[in-house]
Amino acid sequence: MSIDLEKILRPVDMVLPEFPAKYMTLSNGQEMVVRQVNRDEIPDILPHVEKLMHVERDYYHIVAARVYAELLAYYTYRVQDEYVLAAQVDGEIVAVVNGRIVNPDIGMSFHTLSMRRGLRVGAHAFAAKMEYHMDILKQKEVLIVAESPIGFRRWMIEYKLEKRFHIPHELGGCPSWSLTRNLFDNARNTLVVGRRPVPEKLLAKAHDAILPPTDPPKPPEDLLAATRSMLDNTGTSLIDMRRKLGGM
Amino acid sequence: MREVYVAGIGITSFTRLEYPLVEIAAYPGLMALRDSGLKKIDQLYVANMGSGRVNGQTGLASAVVDHLSLTPAGAVTIENGPASGASAIKEGFMAVASGMHDVVMVIGAERMREVNQLEATDFVATLTHPLAEYIYGVTLPSLAGMFARLYMEKYGVTSRHLAMVAVKNHHNAMDNFYAHLHEEITLEGILDSPEASTNNPYVADPLRFYDMCPVSDGGACLILVSADVMKKLNKPMIRLAGIGQATDTHAVHERKDPTYLFAVREAAKKSFAMAGVKPEDVDVAELHDAFTILEIAESEEVGFFKKGEGHIALEKGETKIGGKIPINPSGGLKAKGHPVGATGVGQAHEIVLQLRGEAKKRQVKNAKIGFTCNFGGFGNNVVCLTFIKEK
Ligand SMILES: CC(C)(COP(=O)(O)OP(=O)(O)OC[C@H]1O[C@@H](n2cnc3c(N)ncnc32)[C@H](O)[C@@H]1OP(=O)(O)O)[C@@H](O)C(=O)NCCC(=O)NCCS
Repeated sequence: MSIDLEKILRPVDMVLPEFPAKYMTLSNGQEMVVRQVNRDEIPDILPHVEKLMHVERDYYHIVAARVYAELLAYYTYRVQDEYVLAAQVDGEIVAVVNGRIVNPDIGMSFHTLSMRRGLRVGAHAFAAKMEYHMDILKQKEVLIVAESPIGFRRWMIEYKLEKRFHIPHELGGCPSWSLTRNLFDNARNTLVVGRRPVPEKLLAKAHDAILPPTDPPKPPEDLLAATRSMLDNTGTSLIDMRRKLGGM
Repeated sequence: MREVYVAGIGITSFTRLEYPLVEIAAYPGLMALRDSGLKKIDQLYVANMGSGRVNGQTGLASAVVDHLSLTPAGAVTIENGPASGASAIKEGFMAVASGMHDVVMVIGAERMREVNQLEATDFVATLTHPLAEYIYGVTLPSLAGMFARLYMEKYGVTSRHLAMVAVKNHHNAMDNFYAHLHEEITLEGILDSPEASTNNPYVADPLRFYDMCPVSDGGACLILVSADVMKKLNKPMIRLAGIGQATDTHAVHERKDPTYLFAVREAAKKSFAMAGVKPEDVDVAELHDAFTILEIAESEEVGFFKKGEGHIALEKGETKIGGKIPINPSGGLKAKGHPVGATGVGQAHEIVLQLRGEAKKRQVKNAKIGFTCNFGGFGNNVVCLTFIKEK
């Protein structure tokens, strides 16, 4: 008798309702589509997340590393009841959010990663994720943590989340906070935006291809390297530069 | 008094910089030395507002002069709130004009992002009146909000005018490599679309998110020299021709009419008088738009437009690059960024670039006279500079 080990290793997923795509106008006037991505689209997203693992600022490195692992786990059927939403502008991926369903009442928010800064795309994508838990899955609460100060500001402060410090979050790290149905309803008018249905052309463009981000967060500038190369084309040390300037 | 020229300039990106404050200050200093061709200085002034509180470092100028291996030059740190930058330039000017020194380096540097945004806002709020303002929770955005409300009621300025300032300055910053924000914004996206109030929420009514400058790190440098030194350098002759400084009541509510920024008016008047020019002679200006309303108000107080008509000129496109008097071609504090102590030097850096004709895509054509307004406190300590390009 042959045993299909893969079957044993795979979680038994619930059938989750689909997140109905929506769109919104960003501050720059462009239209952004937020939609659920299928498992087979994950390989198109991974390379863009991978690049952010090397951006050592604003916690991009740790969040990207975790998102990468979570997407890979989803792709290879190694996590139960996960879903992934992507935000796209003209096909270009600008944010990715994901989470999991713990049980019919409780959702587990995993991560929010924005690939373009300064347009609130991350916050809009997070709001869509909460909408999925509350309005589509009809859950009672979502457990949330933050890994960066801006994450804390965006979620804990903007949504006025409640503490659930006694419940461990699946990501570990800091204790859980909760978005309850009540809090979500309070935030609905100010933080949760978007229109449906998405115009056909716009949606088709998003489905057509997941294009790379054109202006992703970059590692911090190396001020000294820049200075060295300007003052000393051979790239030798700062000490050499100082000597050249007559200081030593 | 001797005449004073700008021999060299340098700047870092205004953004979040993961470097010690000393590096942020030193880098533009090295750039300016390279730009000028000079190797030694007589004196260094470092403008900074918050290193003692935010970065736990005092005596910044002593650290920077050593880091640059420019010892034994004299070194002094200047703290004068958000007007620290232009105040340090004033000190540098006096040192050269008096004949005491021939080569003076003025650096402005700030590292505000070492703390979170809430702490940064609180740190800047310490410049308000400690007993009449600060203890009641006053912050700079809240003062600006009240100021904007009064301005709207009195002069007919609307949220749309404020948004137009933001749209213009974000647009200008697109062509400034060193600017903090590189995103175009549109009136539709921040004011008119169904999502606009989420994209652009109220921060201090009537001011919204895009009416505020971001919190930035950054540094900038100017090297000021005497005419004798300047002539040997074979650089465009940009003269620091006028400086005006003025003060007003510490607490804003003590002003007879808080919509009048008397210190701005007075500082600009002095600066123009010293330079022997009039506001209408100015080709390009950098005004302290920490909040969009301030660009409008300052454009009136310095004399570019009549009181209450700045927003009308804005509407007509007179403050755009290519307009009658381009304001904030760098992106201003709104989009170039606002590392508080560095800002005044950053403004002067932009004007020198413009007068040299080196501002690339954002160049104001044939700019010969440039002006800056560095606004300290909530208008209680203001320094204005006038630069002239000589043949
Ligand atoms: C948290 C996160 C998703 C929020 O995304 P978002 O809602 O799109 O918001 P942003 O991060 O773009 O907002 C900050 C940007 O707003 C812009 N901004 C700030 N002040 C501004 C102002 N006054 N005017 C205009 N723009 C401004 C700046 O570009 C700023 O970027 P900076 O910090 O490099 O200066 C995103 O920051 C992110 O992916 N961070 C890394 C991963 C992470 O922390 N995830 C959350 C884990 S809990």
